[in-house]
Amino acid sequence: MTQPSASRAVRALLRRDLLLVWRRRGDAINPALFALLVASLFPLAIGPEPKLLSQIAPGIIWVALLLASLLSLDTLFRSDLEDGSLEQLLLSPQPLALMIFVKVLVHWLTTSLPLLLAAPLLAEMLFLPAKLMPVMMASLLLGTPLLSLIGAMVVALTVGMRRSGMLLALLALPLYVPVLIFGAGCVMAAAQQLPYEGALYLLGAGLAMFSVLTPLATATALRISLT
Amino acid sequence: MNELSQPPLLAAHGLRFHRNDELIFGPVDFHVSRGEAVLVHGENGAGKTTLLRVLAGLLRASDGRIEIDGAIADRHKVAESTALLGHLLGHKGELTAEENLRFSLGIYGQRPGLSPASALAAVGLAGFEDSPARTLSAGQRKRLALARMLSIPARLWLLDEPYANLDLPGIDLVNRLIAHHLHRGGGALVTSHGAYATGAVRTRTLVLRAASASVMEAST
Repeated sequence: MTQPSASRAVRALLRRDLLLVWRRRGDAINPALFALLVASLFPLAIGPEPKLLSQIAPGIIWVALLLASLLSLDTLFRSDLEDGSLEQLLLSPQPLALMIFVKVLVHWLTTSLPLLLAAPLLAEMLFLPAKLMPVMMASLLLGTPLLSLIGAMVVALTVGMRRSGMLLALLALPLYVPVLIFGAGCVMAAAQQLPYEGALYLLGAGLAMFSVLTPLATATALRISLT
Repeated sequence: MNELSQPPLLAAHGLRFHRNDELIFGPVDFHVSRGEAVLVHGENGAGKTTLLRVLAGLLRASDGRIEIDGAIADRHKVAESTALLGHLLGHKGELTAEENLRFSLGIYGQRPGLSPASALAAVGLAGFEDSPARTLSAGQRKRLALARMLSIPARLWLLDEPYANLDLPGIDLVNRLIAHHLHRGGGALVTSHGAYATGAVRTRTLVLRAASASVMEAST
């Protein structure tokens, strides 16, 4: 009898989720489009003043990306819950936390990575100085997986409810605030030639810690939600 | 049969389940031995599905204990040895029948000597390997789930209304699959309303009534 090995299960889940995103690729670019729309409204509302826009660009980009990733959160477990495959995952002899980590990873790859690719475009649109781009991208690279991990935990708590959209936002946003502050803050600091490494290190430390802790918390939350 | 020397595959002692202080079923005492199918009968709302979900580990019993192979069943032991076929089949509509099956085998493991293609053929889905699950009929989706049950190594099958949506050959297929599973040393717990005989296998019947249960022995 072939024992179900964890690495085989990880590969199977990776393959399935990526394949699903590919088959639903029309939906997958929605978050990036949303972020693009939000960010492109600011120059229209504020006026095309390069000086002002370049000052607030880090904040706008971060907020646009944060909202876009919040919007896409609900899809993380929703369809799996509705068709019963989440149940199958819970019943399988695999460590649930590991399976959740894989799901969050795929979710980040398919919703946040397109956002990251759109970020240089947003930066150009908002006159963000080119020398700030490395810091901006570094903060997004560390911050967006953090958003996905925190979001997964909150989604797991609310997935059993029918209309969880508003509750999800209310629960997730306070937890997102520190990421936003450090993420946008370090770019702002770099713009004023202040030391910005500290905030990046903190984001990195948070990412390391939450990579370990949130899958465990999410697994527990899912088991609670489904009973 | 050496049931005395070998503990039963599954045994439940004084099993009860409450939802919000309301007793759903129990106390129930029963066991499922190797090579035996237990039919769970009961009216709508008698707690058949809930019983299966408790046994599968999706719900926690409020009272009583579950043993697998004579040892208290922890989550890992349950996951390793049982498979649940519930109302939600867990197929992804965008994936083909074979992709769905391969994913299940990836997370549950696979019985040797049975390729996904031959498992699909065994449940009458030959030729539908590359059809997206969304285009399959309800009965064909059920058959796809049966192919999963057939291919994974779990010894105890928990089948919740396996006959629903199936045509007469499909009902016969379920009976043959159960018989095959029992012959290879597995056990099965099957809920159904109808009086579908499970063929030439050893069956007993467990009758669930609201807030009580009794086991009737029935030979086939």
